[in-house]
Amino acid sequence: MPKTLFDKIWESHEVADNLIYIDLHMVHEVTSPQAFDGLRLAGRPVRRPDKTLATADHNVPTDGTPVASRIKDALSRTQVETLERNCAEFGVPVFSLGSDRQGIVHVVGPEQGLTQPGMTIVCGDSHTATHGAFGSLAFGIGTSEVEHVLATQCLVQKKPKSMRINFVGDLPFGVTAKDMILGAIGQMGVDGAVGHAVEFAGPAIEALSMEGRMTICNMTIEGGGRAGMIAPDQTTFDYVQGKPAAPTGEAWDAAVAAWSELYTDEGATFDREIDVDVTTLSPRVTWGTTPDMVVGVDGAVPTVDAAEDEAQRGQFQRALEYMGLEGGERIEDIKIDRVFLGSCTNGRLADLQAAADVIQGRKVADDVYAMVVPGSVQVKIEAEKLGLDKVFTQAGFDWRGAGCSMCLGMNPDVLQPGERCASTSNRNFQGRQGKGGRTHLVSPQMAAAAAIAGHFVDIREWSAADVPSPEPAAV
Amino acid sequence: MDPVNIVEGRVSDLPRDDVDTDQIIPARFMKRVERTGFGEYLFHDAKQAPDWNVEIGNPILTAGANFGSGSSREHAPWALEDAGFRCIIATSLADIFYSNSTKIGLLPVELPEDQVRKIAAAGEAKVDLEAQTVTAGGDVFPFEINPDTKYRLLNGLDDIGLTLRQVEMVAQFEERQDAAGVRKPSSLDLPPEPIATTPVG
Repeated sequence: MPKTLFDKIWESHEVADNLIYIDLHMVHEVTSPQAFDGLRLAGRPVRRPDKTLATADHNVPTDGTPVASRIKDALSRTQVETLERNCAEFGVPVFSLGSDRQGIVHVVGPEQGLTQPGMTIVCGDSHTATHGAFGSLAFGIGTSEVEHVLATQCLVQKKPKSMRINFVGDLPFGVTAKDMILGAIGQMGVDGAVGHAVEFAGPAIEALSMEGRMTICNMTIEGGGRAGMIAPDQTTFDYVQGKPAAPTGEAWDAAVAAWSELYTDEGATFDREIDVDVTTLSPRVTWGTTPDMVVGVDGAVPTVDAAEDEAQRGQFQRALEYMGLEGGERIEDIKIDRVFLGSCTNGRLADLQAAADVIQGRKVADDVYAMVVPGSVQVKIEAEKLGLDKVFTQAGFDWRGAGCSMCLGMNPDVLQPGERCASTSNRNFQGRQGKGGRTHLVSPQMAAAAAIAGHFVDIREWSAADVPSPEPAAV
Repeated sequence: MDPVNIVEGRVSDLPRDDVDTDQIIPARFMKRVERTGFGEYLFHDAKQAPDWNVEIGNPILTAGANFGSGSSREHAPWALEDAGFRCIIATSLADIFYSNSTKIGLLPVELPEDQVRKIAAAGEAKVDLEAQTVTAGGDVFPFEINPDTKYRLLNGLDDIGLTLRQVEMVAQFEERQDAAGVRKPSSLDLPPEPIATTPVG
């Protein structure tokens, strides 16, 4: 019987009914302390510390704080130090402050070569679906489940339904992976994929770099789906090869042979399928407080009359009030105060390169504060080798240390009430980037251009008219 | 986890869709390393809105579609539970939130919108997990729940204890994976970290 990619991975990891084996468990400081506590109370060890890796990311200041003991915020310091202590006690490897491998958990896994096709991967973080870009089954779990995986290396999980999102057509100039996923979420809604494991497919997906694929899978949860995945291909294999934990020699050949079987068979069926036409997409900008409140940069903020029903009318009204916007306002007329370039969605080298290409030789608008936060120390090191730090700082960007930073307001990088931010992160929820902060989700290119102009601009026209043709991305 | 069966009492109502986990508990309040004490931060920022009128302290909360969307933070159900809620009745619940709630004995119930509205209007309700019904205002609304989840909630069972009973099967799976030459990467294969030292000064 023909099988989906999801079926193949699921079936090869079923230990018993509703119990699946986990190949890689990634851990961070916010959702793990209570799980380690639980183990300690019950006198249980970590079953497979060799399949577990911890990083400090959510609480990490991006000001170059060298070690956990120097974190100024007492609660953040306690959380990171608790992680270090727990990992030492239970034998789990940890990349914390001061390590040249520290970074956002979903950036570190792939760059260390730990994330590989066909694996099951979990983490106490909803953006774990990022790893699905490699053709793995990866999803976010809660702290009780973190404790369960630490103790048993398995997860109790009823098999989700399957869904395929087909991106139809070729991606137009100036439209990126971020715009594809925001377009898909805009089309299906923030609960469009609830209860489903999602496979992303189509020629526009196949044409994407691994970084682009990670951006897409990363935001699966913003459409309600717990897991998102893409079938591995030569692009995937080329990315994994040579990474620190990647197989070598004969083991590499055997791995590639096995990975090459990981695709959805002809004739396999999904519980749900939708098509997203990418040929009609323009660069996306969110206007509201959920990721499906999104329009093209060439469009306008909707009026409450555009709502489908009374409930949505109320939602639109609250969103417009919170965002300080009027229905009918043109997106390009929206002025911004801050720019955040980074996060597990868009904090990789290729994202920084794409933004650097846009700003080369230009200056950040006078009343804008723009920051770049590499997703990991390794991304920072690689970017500096390429001189990207100079491109950013000469343009007036603040070049920061690695971490989750202003994606979620758990560390010193936060918006002030009322501040408006063009952000490459994943959530525009109320208060997500700081209490009262106003978030517009965009691609790295769009964020970079907005930093220069001081308001949103259509990167398609901007590129053609004002910027020397960018070098093709090297990664 | 304590066993869950009957939840009975007054109903608080939050008739909105897409109430995300950042609204339930903003990230800046997630820095505690304990499981308790999150109740005081429940809806911390959301409740400052002028039109906010959700009573805290009742056992039952009714809500719209996609309640608990966003982050995987178990801090969201912890905060609801710490503030006294024992059951969330919503048009739909986000996947991870639903799962997290069942791990701590916060009973998740999904019902059609018109029924959720009737329960909210009644102001009081009785949720019976064994019978899988919600009784409110003279009506009885049956709800669905996974039988394994129900069994675990009714008996207050620890998932880990249950899985450890199957530990032989886990070990056999690991042996099969090894025998098949499926070599998954090991984090311990990475070069070890240099010993971190606090710089002087």
